[in-house]
Amino acid sequence: MTILFTIAAVVAVLSTLMVVTRTNLVHALLYLVVSLFAVAVVFYTLGAPFVAALEVIVYAGAIMMLFLFAVMLLNVGADSPLRVPRLAWVGPGILVAVLLAEVVYGLTRQTQPLAGVEVGPQAVSEALYGPYVLGVELASMLLLAALIGARHVAARARDEEEAAESMERARGLSETAGEAPGQGAVDDPGRLTEEGDA
Amino acid sequence: MASVSLDHALVLAAILFAIGFAGLLTRRNLIVVLACIEIMLNAGGLAFVAAGARWGQADGQVMFLFVLAMAAAEVAVGLAIAIRFRQSLKSLDVDDADEMKG
Amino acid sequence: MLGLLWLIPALPAAGFLALVLLNRRLDRTAAAWIGAGSVGLSALVALLVCGSFIVSPPAGDAYHQVLWTWMDVAGFAPNIGFYLDAVSVLWVLVITFVGFLIHLYSTEHMEHDEGFTRFFMYLNLFVASMLVLVLADNLLLLYLGWEGVGLCSYLLISFWQKDPQNVYCGRKAFIVTRVGDTALIAGLFLLFTQVHTLEIQPMLAAAQESFVPGSAVAVAAALLILGGAIGKSAQVPLQTWLPDAMAGPSPVSALIHAATMVTAGVYLIARTNVLFTLAPDARLIVAIVGTVTLLLAGFSALVQHDLKRALAYSTISQIGYMFLALGVSGWEAGVFHFMTHAFFKALLFLAAGVIIEALADEHDIFKMGGLRRELPAVFWTFTIGAAALAALPFVTDGFYSKDLIIATSLGSVDGNLWFYAGAIVGAFVTTLYSFRLVWLVFFGERHTEVSRRPRRRQLVPLWILAVLSVVSGLIWMPPWLAGFHPFETFLDTALPPIEFTGEYAHFAESALGALVTISVVVVGIGIAWLLWMPWRRGTHAFSESPAVRPLAAYWLGGWGFDWVYERVFVIPVKWFARVARNDLVDHVVDGIAWLNVAAWRTLSAGQTGRLRAYVAVAGFGIALVLAVVVLR
Repeated sequence: MTILFTIAAVVAVLSTLMVVTRTNLVHALLYLVVSLFAVAVVFYTLGAPFVAALEVIVYAGAIMMLFLFAVMLLNVGADSPLRVPRLAWVGPGILVAVLLAEVVYGLTRQTQPLAGVEVGPQAVSEALYGPYVLGVELASMLLLAALIGARHVAARARDEEEAAESMERARGLSETAGEAPGQGAVDDPGRLTEEGDA
Repeated sequence: MASVSLDHALVLAAILFAIGFAGLLTRRNLIVVLACIEIMLNAGGLAFVAAGARWGQADGQVMFLFVLAMAAAEVAVGLAIAIRFRQSLKSLDVDDADEMKG
Repeated sequence: MLGLLWLIPALPAAGFLALVLLNRRLDRTAAAWIGAGSVGLSALVALLVCGSFIVSPPAGDAYHQVLWTWMDVAGFAPNIGFYLDAVSVLWVLVITFVGFLIHLYSTEHMEHDEGFTRFFMYLNLFVASMLVLVLADNLLLLYLGWEGVGLCSYLLISFWQKDPQNVYCGRKAFIVTRVGDTALIAGLFLLFTQVHTLEIQPMLAAAQESFVPGSAVAVAAALLILGGAIGKSAQVPLQTWLPDAMAGPSPVSALIHAATMVTAGVYLIARTNVLFTLAPDARLIVAIVGTVTLLLAGFSALVQHDLKRALAYSTISQIGYMFLALGVSGWEAGVFHFMTHAFFKALLFLAAGVIIEALADEHDIFKMGGLRRELPAVFWTFTIGAAALAALPFVTDGFYSKDLIIATSLGSVDGNLWFYAGAIVGAFVTTLYSFRLVWLVFFGERHTEVSRRPRRRQLVPLWILAVLSVVSGLIWMPPWLAGFHPFETFLDTALPPIEFTGEYAHFAESALGALVTISVVVVGIGIAWLLWMPWRRGTHAFSESPAVRPLAAYWLGGWGFDWVYERVFVIPVKWFARVARNDLVDHVVDGIAWLNVAAWRTLSAGQTGRLRAYVAVAGFGIALVLAVVVLR
């Protein structure tokens, strides 16, 4: 178990490092999937097989799918800053190193052994639908709210997109032939938003 | 290293959280920022599960489930905002969204 | 029948609401019907209720009707409830009947006024408030009515609000009476802390039991109530607002500033007579206030040029008589004089309204004259009113009530020669100014053309009030004249009877005592005839003589009270307000504002709008907190 834990932990740390450093967005997201798989193995070694499965299904499966869909929809890459200058890592690196050192120092002052028993799906389910049933209801409400909210926000974006497109077409017709269509719109996004709202 | 202990798991969670935080501070792409937040949430969930395993109780896993639900909601709304962000500002650079300054 | 009691105040209140809600949609006829009709119906209901009360008195000679609990806070639960006994019967009848006559009069008097509906709106609200005041079973509800009539008084004095002078007069009345109202509410607080209830009858019973006669608490409570009464009833030293209140329309002067509202103080003191019985010092002060007021206002009335101001001063003076009666434990005498005064003074004001209207808004009595042949009906009714005011013996109601007060001021246990002398001099002066008005207005040469004559809706109320001014005194005849006094018997059910037990009681009660009063009145009429009968030309020489002129000017200004108040209160307050406009306190407040702006500028500089900067700052914060927690 210890060896499995160690390997999984190393994989998780390395792949997570790759996530935050890759300039190719799809690569980064694939590394994130690897990282999540590794964390799932860690869960398994900690005696929590149920959440290990959920980690794979929900995180690595559903949520990552959402990310990839978003990447496809947005056509990321053309105008998004993915490249980070090496120097930009210095400040955050120091800050994070200090934070990490503090936490590790605080955590390793005494060793606490794990219980070593497996807590299976049945125990989790009993807890979930026993004392935590209110939390489950709240979580479901949160998800519903997120569903409606995401739909609302994204739908308005689409309406605006159409409005902006028609606006650009009109502008392109009215302006001089030498100027590229939509040039003014890119220069003045705020104004465009206002007009789109109206 | 005799066996897996609580502090090993917590240190792993701290390392993952720190990496996510460093990414959050450094990266400017909104999608990557969201991914970093996912990493941090996941690390938090790992800490919960480890703490649950310390006592052999199911509560830690239940908490992880709640974190999971919250992460899902956050990603849904976050990506919707990303679409709108891109629409309004013609970019995905979080540094471009600096209109709300004093 | 008694169960209809709540309708009496409810009907005018409903009239008020109807006028408010339908304001723009009503023509003048409909507004007049609603305005006068609601009060007329109220008068009919009052007649039924009070009639059945008089014919078959309920147990305990009082009827108590609780409609609902007004509020219930920590054991303090005043009712919306009405209490009917002999005193409130009298007030209710006077308010509704005189009120109805004045409403009827107003439908003609105000017919060309642009604020016709508004006028009846206010007037109905006034009648409703006044009825609540006199019917309330607890002092808090009474206070509601008290403030309601104060509000209506303010609204109606400044009714013609386009003239700033009228608005000033309304404000003055409101602010000056507020001084008294503050005393009254303080008195209510004091009573509540002492006896833990404001319901009038239980409160009085508790006070009777727990207060030591003459103790500081009893005197303080009585004096605070007296303060409220002084403000509302325009007694010295808060009398200055009433002459200025004449800026309102004449029916308002008749209803509010003569017949009903200004007697609320008399009602209040009569209602709480138990408290005053327990506080001899307060009673003495009531009597002194009454005597001083009746003299000061009487002399001021003697020199006024403005017809309505002269009547206003006479109102103050007559209420002074009522206070004098209350102060010498002649509760019933004061209440009796309230009734007769309500009739003849309303009559005088209404007649004055007709005269002023007829002469195209001319108020100056020296520019009137000779109206005897032009307005005969007004001449006769005004003369009857003036004779009642002057207490012309036997044929007017004023004689019976005033003679009773004069007798009480001497013969009661609290009476003495000083009060008696004041009352006699007051009666003499009253006679002088009453007939001065009659001679100057109706006799001699005509100075101003009559442009308008009263019609039926104005004349009928005048004649009804004139008849009442003659006959209403007959219900309480003095013992030396006849043994007929049903009114006294009726009032005995609610008020302590007048006891002639003083040193001069025998003289005061006898025909001899009355003879003094009678002779003073007769001599007064004669002197008035000598001085002001226009063809005698005595007027000019007398009033221009060097001894009289400065005195007359002093009296004309109301004994300089306004002058003193202007310097003692108004000017210092205005000065302080002007100084305080740019004071240090302002700088402190401005400094706080400036500090806030500076802090905002500093803090908003850190508000860069950059998400990653915020996260970094949060990271620093977490690092710091962790350092404190972990490395401790």
